[in-house]
Amino acid sequence: MAMFSQNPVLNGPNYSFADVPVQDHVDGFREHRFNPYTDNGGSTLAIAGKDFAIMAGDTRLTAGYSINTRFSPKVFKIGGSTSTQDDANILLSVVGFAADGEALKERLDSICKMYRYRHNKPMSVSACAKRLSTIMYQRRFFPYYVYAILGGLDEDGAGAVYSYDPVGSYEREQCRAGGAAASLIMPFLDNQVNFKNQYIPGSGVGHALQERERQPLPRDEVEVLVKDAFDSAVERHIEVGDGLQMMIITQNGIEEKILPLKKD
Amino acid sequence: MDHRPQHWGRPRDDVYGAYDASYMRPNGPTTHTQSPVVTGTSVVALKFKDGVVIAADNLASYGSLARFPDVKRLRTFAGTSVVGFGGDVSDMQYLDRHLQELAIDENYTSEKGHTLNARNLHKYLANLLYHRRSKFDPLWNHLLVAGLDEDDKPFLAAADLLGTTFTSPSLATGYGEMLAQPIMRRYAKDEEAAAQLTRDQAVDIVKECMKVLFYRDARSLDTYSIAVVTKQGIDLKEDVKLENQSWAFADRIKGYGTQTV
Amino acid sequence: MPGFDFSNHSRNAALHARGVPLPKATSTGTTIVGCLYNAGKEDAGVVIAADTRATSGPIVADKNCEKLHYIAPQIWCAGAGTAADTEFTTAIISSNLELHSLSTGRKPRVVTCMTLLKQHLFKYQGHVGAYLVVAGVDPTGAHLFTVHAHGSTDKLPYVTMGSGSLAAMSVFETQWKPDLNKEQAMELCSQAIQAGIFNDLGSGSNVDLAVITKDKTTLHRGYLKPNERSQKLKNYKFQRGTTAVLNEKIIKKDEIGKYVSVEPLPAGTETMDVDP
Repeated sequence: MAMFSQNPVLNGPNYSFADVPVQDHVDGFREHRFNPYTDNGGSTLAIAGKDFAIMAGDTRLTAGYSINTRFSPKVFKIGGSTSTQDDANILLSVVGFAADGEALKERLDSICKMYRYRHNKPMSVSACAKRLSTIMYQRRFFPYYVYAILGGLDEDGAGAVYSYDPVGSYEREQCRAGGAAASLIMPFLDNQVNFKNQYIPGSGVGHALQERERQPLPRDEVEVLVKDAFDSAVERHIEVGDGLQMMIITQNGIEEKILPLKKD
Repeated sequence: MDHRPQHWGRPRDDVYGAYDASYMRPNGPTTHTQSPVVTGTSVVALKFKDGVVIAADNLASYGSLARFPDVKRLRTFAGTSVVGFGGDVSDMQYLDRHLQELAIDENYTSEKGHTLNARNLHKYLANLLYHRRSKFDPLWNHLLVAGLDEDDKPFLAAADLLGTTFTSPSLATGYGEMLAQPIMRRYAKDEEAAAQLTRDQAVDIVKECMKVLFYRDARSLDTYSIAVVTKQGIDLKEDVKLENQSWAFADRIKGYGTQTV
Repeated sequence: MPGFDFSNHSRNAALHARGVPLPKATSTGTTIVGCLYNAGKEDAGVVIAADTRATSGPIVADKNCEKLHYIAPQIWCAGAGTAADTEFTTAIISSNLELHSLSTGRKPRVVTCMTLLKQHLFKYQGHVGAYLVVAGVDPTGAHLFTVHAHGSTDKLPYVTMGSGSLAAMSVFETQWKPDLNKEQAMELCSQAIQAGIFNDLGSGSNVDLAVITKDKTTLHRGYLKPNERSQKLKNYKFQRGTTAVLNEKIIKKDEIGKYVSVEPLPAGTETMDVDP
């Protein structure tokens, strides 16, 4: 399925806007055209637990080989009743083109605020997830160039993570990595969160081997996985680093942690 | 003699060909400025204990031509904030006119003593730039906004032609991003370090950056504007000359290889 | 035919025209610097330094690669650009310089090395993507050059190259002075490389540094290590048997003849030449 391929959208046939010729024609004139997109690097990660969800992102913002800033958060509280977002119940992470990410966040936040004002209750995570999808699809032919992940607690109080492609296709998942180092982090998550490729030793031979059973991980273990995932991504991806922002949403509200990452 | 007065003073069709009327066509695709023409180079800025220092040289280039050597690229807003412009100068002048108008409007409509602070101004400009890029009609600038926020704390943020925004204890646009940022980050690696800097230290660091930019950026000038924004107001100097340049490395250079005399 | 093999050129050009991208070469999107010290004095010398990150696009290909290349005992090169090109260009010039030195019976000179490099690179019109800082001490003194991939050269008391060259140059332009001693030059070079490591995404990991004096070269591999990997918080060792094995077949050494042809040599013949 192409929708979750984490290739940079501008680097090959993907969506309609990506089909502009990347190379010069062999003969003929070079086409000069304003490019409304750029890639600001960085990576995000979200994991849902039994009664919590963790959203994380590095805090580096890049432009080419330069670091624009070492502190630019990628995870935001959404839908609180004031600008301080103290009573927010939803988290949104955005990575890709930072200006589109900011615009998308502002848009979703104002919609959630309006919902709270009209209905006198916060929006549910599932409703917000659907709404985010429609917002993104509205821009089908001039997309928000971002990989968004929405997190919160569902109606039963269980951790919920919804992940999106740039044009609004979404699905609820247990965990998801997005952005520059997604292809580095996601296989690690498949193995360590969903226990993919792990079997119970001695439970059979060949295809009869039993898969290791999935069970929700406790919060402290998930935090360790997130830190290790980012430490490893920093080692091998030049656009990831500086700081790790972690937001943990539980029944008691949202907790934010900032940890240092390597700065080279 | 051409006896038709409507042809007088115009290029003759039989010599120059018929006028290409497509330039005058009222309908058809709209075209926008797709690249900058007259441009300004880097802007550098650094936060300190109780304010922000911002500087930009006074040159507007026309390609590789040093076309206008006396263009002021730091503009004040409502006596409380400074905007430093890099990129297209005509778009800068448009924005400056627009900001002037905004400041007057705000002054009339707001309560006495209330005005947009630097954070508000930055958000406004960022939204304007993002809006224009979304119309495929960008304002070709990379700008820095220096001032104080709602708590009178130093505020410094950037916005570019795509609407990308970010903030940091030190910021620079253009070549300054590669040449000046490493210098400023040595002294202000985070907000805490920047909050230790005094006004004099910050001014000296920014002046040092302007010197390095003049050494190494071919589109720069040794005359620059520098502004210090604090709670007391804006101290803007628009005609500062670079001091203490060092060309000590030059005297022993002989050729580029085998030459010895 | 000596040199490069162009027999695939037409095929590759046709593929390229149909949109097949060029294979990505490992590039040392790098910070490299050099600085002369004690200039004009009896104990004049030169310091060169480099970071140790090699990249392939945005991925770090090597976290601790060597960018300081040996040319002659007292001539060393710091290389930026395409990793293979810096490696092979310096190796070939090193060989030629050694032969030249043997033939003349003199110590090789830095200008000779620089001239060989620029003539080699100019011949290939920039297609050999080697960007080099050439440094050394010879009977005529301490010398420092840069050589660009197109063949142009420069001779300066302090130089920087690579994607982090501007960050590194900002250090030299603020702190360099004409009468540096060895320790000051080493400190300045390491500061310049660190500016590249922390401000340029193409550069990272450690600082390698070499000091060349008229008597000897001292290579400090891992002169500074400001980016050690943090300890993993969890142990990721799997229990034996966690990975599914669908099929297992063991081949004994004496049965290997069934799968590949093996011809044992008669004893005593064709021994390897080993120095006594």
